[in-house]
Amino acid sequence: MGKISKYFTYRGHEGQWSWLLHRITGIGVFLFLLAHIVDTAMIGWGPSVYNETMAIYRHPLFRVGEVILSGAVLYHALNGVRIIIIDFWPESTLAQKKLFYAVVVTFAVIFVPAAIYMMAWMVK
Amino acid sequence: MNGAGRPRPQGGIDLMAWIFMRVSGVVLLLMVLLHLAIMHIINNIEVINYHFVAARYATPFWRTFDLVMLWLAFIHGLNGVRVMIDDYVSSRGWRLLSLASLYVLGFIFLALGSLVILTFNPARPF
Repeated sequence: MGKISKYFTYRGHEGQWSWLLHRITGIGVFLFLLAHIVDTAMIGWGPSVYNETMAIYRHPLFRVGEVILSGAVLYHALNGVRIIIIDFWPESTLAQKKLFYAVVVTFAVIFVPAAIYMMAWMVK
Repeated sequence: MNGAGRPRPQGGIDLMAWIFMRVSGVVLLLMVLLHLAIMHIINNIEVINYHFVAARYATPFWRTFDLVMLWLAFIHGLNGVRVMIDDYVSSRGWRLLSLASLYVLGFIFLALGSLVILTFNPARPF
């Protein structure tokens, strides 16, 4: 058995953490997709049922969750592009760390303003 | 030397799945980020209600968009889970059980989602 970190560490460094984050965000987004199919299905029962369902998402906890979910989608999308670049252009393997930092920077540039905008309701 | 993703399979259904993940991934990047921008930046949960959806679904464009996005995202996610089951579930019985549950649940959710997008009609609730 031994150290707990052994369950989380394969080779460490950017390559492993980007891969682990890709799996975690993938599972998270897929689980939300299941919930989203159910909440959207409520529209079949008419305005009052659907509007009550949407009211759940207006709870502050869900509005914070909305921002985290958007971040998960954005990371998964950008890191997916990095994976595709390396898969189809083998020379770029040598630059895989730089590509990961490009993902991090692009993520921050898009996510930070979007998250601030999405959280603006807090100060209204 | 393999890439950053899973090694490219030699052929068969695994190669099809490997290619599908990459092709659907690129299409989903555009569709899902547009969906997020429209629903969470331009609009938000304060204005999304029954009438918002009814107006959106009055013409076939957004229904088609949502149906294509649902299928691509769902199969992309389903295949992701399948790959993880292959990676982590090593006993034959558990693997069979988890894959069977995945496909049964997957079929039910995808059928429900498609049914809602295709049959929603404000004049005729369930």
